[in-house]
Amino acid sequence: MAFGPFLLLALMEGLVTAAVLALAASGLSLVFGVMRVVNVAHGEFYMLGAVLAWAVTGFIPGLPALAFVAALLIAPLLVAALAALADGLILKRLAYDPEATIVATIGLLYMIQQAALSLYGPNANPVRAPFEWRIQLPWFGYSGYKLFVVIAALAVLLALWLVMTRTKAGLVMRATQVDRTTARAFGINVDRVYMGTFALGAGLAALAGVLVVPIQQAHYLMGGDPLLLSFIVVIIGGLGSLRGTLIAALIIGLSDGVISMFFTPTLAKILATLLVAMVLVFRPQGLFGARA
Amino acid sequence: MTNLLHPTRRGLLMAGGAGLLTAALPGYVAAQGAPIKIGFQLHRTGIGAAYGRWYERTAQAALKMINEGGGIAGRPVELLFEDDATDPKRGSEVVDKLTQSDGCDLVMGTLFSHVVMGSAPRAGELKVPYLVCSEGYHVASGALNRWTLQPGITDVRAQISTMAPWVAANLGKKVTMVFPDYAFGHDHRDFFTTAIQAQGGEVIAQIAVPPTETSFTRYFPQIPAETEVLYHVMVGPAVLTFVKELGEFYGTGAKPALFGFVDSLEAVDTATPGLEFLEGSHFWEAHPRVKPADAGEHEAAYRAAVGVDDNGASVSDAKDVSTYSHMFSTWETLYFIKQAMEAAGYTGPADRQKLVEAMEAISDLPYGIERPQGAMRFNGKTHQVFGSQNISQIQGGKLVKVHTTTIEEGLYEDAVDYTTMSF
Amino acid sequence: MTGGGVKVWALHLALIAVLFTAQFWLSPYHTTNLSRIMVLAVFAMGYNLAFGYTGLLSLGHALLLAAGMYAAGLPAQLWGWSAGPAFIAGVAGGGLVAAALGLLALRTAGVSFMIVTLMFAQAGYLTLLYFAPVTGGDDGFAVAAASRRFLGFALSADTPRFLAALAIFAAGLFASLALVRSPFGRTLVAMRENEERSRMLGYNPFTVKLAALTISGLYAGAAGAAYALLFGYVGASFATIQYSILPMLYVLLGGAGTTFGPFLGALLMFALIEVASGLTSAYLFFVGAALVALVLFAPKGILGTIRERWVQWLP
Repeated sequence: MAFGPFLLLALMEGLVTAAVLALAASGLSLVFGVMRVVNVAHGEFYMLGAVLAWAVTGFIPGLPALAFVAALLIAPLLVAALAALADGLILKRLAYDPEATIVATIGLLYMIQQAALSLYGPNANPVRAPFEWRIQLPWFGYSGYKLFVVIAALAVLLALWLVMTRTKAGLVMRATQVDRTTARAFGINVDRVYMGTFALGAGLAALAGVLVVPIQQAHYLMGGDPLLLSFIVVIIGGLGSLRGTLIAALIIGLSDGVISMFFTPTLAKILATLLVAMVLVFRPQGLFGARA
Repeated sequence: MTNLLHPTRRGLLMAGGAGLLTAALPGYVAAQGAPIKIGFQLHRTGIGAAYGRWYERTAQAALKMINEGGGIAGRPVELLFEDDATDPKRGSEVVDKLTQSDGCDLVMGTLFSHVVMGSAPRAGELKVPYLVCSEGYHVASGALNRWTLQPGITDVRAQISTMAPWVAANLGKKVTMVFPDYAFGHDHRDFFTTAIQAQGGEVIAQIAVPPTETSFTRYFPQIPAETEVLYHVMVGPAVLTFVKELGEFYGTGAKPALFGFVDSLEAVDTATPGLEFLEGSHFWEAHPRVKPADAGEHEAAYRAAVGVDDNGASVSDAKDVSTYSHMFSTWETLYFIKQAMEAAGYTGPADRQKLVEAMEAISDLPYGIERPQGAMRFNGKTHQVFGSQNISQIQGGKLVKVHTTTIEEGLYEDAVDYTTMSF
Repeated sequence: MTGGGVKVWALHLALIAVLFTAQFWLSPYHTTNLSRIMVLAVFAMGYNLAFGYTGLLSLGHALLLAAGMYAAGLPAQLWGWSAGPAFIAGVAGGGLVAAALGLLALRTAGVSFMIVTLMFAQAGYLTLLYFAPVTGGDDGFAVAAASRRFLGFALSADTPRFLAALAIFAAGLFASLALVRSPFGRTLVAMRENEERSRMLGYNPFTVKLAALTISGLYAGAAGAAYALLFGYVGASFATIQYSILPMLYVLLGGAGTTFGPFLGALLMFALIEVASGLTSAYLFFVGAALVALVLFAPKGILGTIRERWVQWLP
């Protein structure tokens, strides 16, 4: 294929990757930024979103679009509820100690994964996209649903930004992120904020999972990669900066696709990985983070 | 783990039911004596879990049939399963646990080649027969030890070399290969390139995809326009994505002929929406998933025993498609063990070496209920079995067998002679 | 931290003595498992030095483990090196890669350090795959029996293997004890607690942390080389992220910043999996639940909590 169309395809693919990644990472950005804890089970919330989407769409007969919308609403809510429960029962009791939280969330990861394996099974099951639409460009075909994913992710992120900057809840979250002690002094119930943030973060990850599942399949181990990538994106973007997270997701998503055009896939991955590392080596605070 | 000390409720019910059933059958010969314990290294969790599930099911079905027939040399047989998490380090620990802690006579069942490689050294140290169901070339290549054998499934070298003549004659001679960038994929790359060259063909592009890849569209532009045949063998949870994205990329326009290995579609329903692109394309199958019109006389009994319908899906859930081209390996391995133990006069772990020697003496394995996939021929020197392969075409969303190769077509020169090695 | 003296050394000697006798009262199965646990504990002890004492949260230690494994395994396979030289090569390999990693990664700190180390480990894994014809990639290769001999003993036999693992573990344990009780060890803790103040006192954080990471790499290299030579297998799967998470888990579970913590963590995780998998096929769920319960009860790890509450002199 000629270079131009090849590049276009790589960019389109990169955009889809970036969109899903941005959504998943935004959840982590909130949790990491506001609560300052490493949630190793974040990828599992993403997986649960996909698995629940499969369950919901399988349960609701009729129009795929209808079932999918139901999944979009139900799955993130269920996952958010589970996350709130985990926060209340476990994380709060640990007083959000960073190291203890790592161990606890590893335990949570094992539990969720095994539960998914036992109840959902080891297979990778497909989920019907809400609509089948193939766009035919002069050089290649492309899935219309993938473009929908990009638009949907943008819409959700816009809504998130609006919530964070224009609503009281968002203000409270940002205040807690800036200074927890002062926030408490102002009468903010920090525990409740944390629970809400954790739930919101999980819900966003689950939403990303629901959107991605018609493209990939729902598999009980699918949370591993998104976990790593989300962390990379959040830290490259700069801790505490949602905007940084989004821009980093865009850069990483797009560059991954473009780099793989020029090198063999494994070599491309090596280079992309080292590139991420070097960005941090020379700019440890990330792109938009405040210098420590 | 399913064992005598901690039986699951299901295990107890099955055992009770089997007992009642067998006692009710006329002419039943009760298996008596101390049981023979066969350890099964199972991928119950990890990326191999989808295969592991069907491996367990098929092995249990074979076990039931063997025990109903009187066991091995009149002794009842037990299967003890341990999860290796599809991990080499854990695999080695599991071989240890099955042999030393659970007291098994031998160990079988591993599929993924890196787990085989990680576990075989320990089996060699413990001097316990290790029968893998892996289709990897590592056994016959000489990379392992004299205690490791693969008597239940052919290896990829044989599978791939038999495909080349058919592909060159029926699909085309200019081939682009898409394969996962690890040993399994490299085997495909190396063996097929050599084999197609022998047919006057050529591999014009090799696209090695990182094993953890979840999206493949970005690789498709690397497929040269003059490709006549696209050879694909993706494995793992992302295979469905691969085919769907291939379909989206090419659409209804000009496209190369597709040739894949059913590994790409194991446990996946070929009628899944999004797979329409595969219509008319061909796949290698070891054991045709959809019951062919000329199926052997034992095919129906095998399917009934395992609980699989004529489409290769579970009888209790038509959407639960099995890993049909791999799971027969556990069934045939168990019968191979029975044959070898009876030939060797096996009494206990002290006879393990005698058992391996008896296995090495086995050669022709005719078709029967013991070998539902087809007749096989075991090579005692390379510890690898050889058999026939099948090619199927997707017609109306179903795999339909169109060609079967002979055992001879898959033979290749011995790369090793384990019988000259010490135990 | 400096309290105890003789008491502390005696405690460590006692542990080694108990472990030595274990080969007599444990079954061969459990003896071999103990060998595995000790090798993993060496890995975890190295991680503890970097993380527990110096506060370097690394997610790239799998790179160092694999470096040691391949630095020992490749010479054995390609040039027929015997176990002794191969082991030394493995230790050196781990240390060298750690030093190189540190030179770059230690320009960052905290979570950035975490990601940088993770990225280098991932790149390392992919590089092992890229050079599969030499490394064997994911499949790996078996180490020849001739290379698994030391002082005339075959390391593939139970007793020599156990003794070799114990020797390496003991060396690592005593070295770490000596290290943490030395002035340098206290510098490490100072770095963890308050880097700025340490700098003001004249210590160079970069060199201190680099030294800690390099020593950590020596341990990891020793563990990787030990696994290759004692268990006969080398493979790229040891460079994957789970082998970066495992030492962290062992250390956090056993008690970060304690000398026995890594061993206890490794032992406990192994025991958890053994017991749980004997009860049910869904054992991972119970292992996870046990982890959560353990950390709720002992947030500083088991030995960390014990030290905090009851036995302040515990090293």
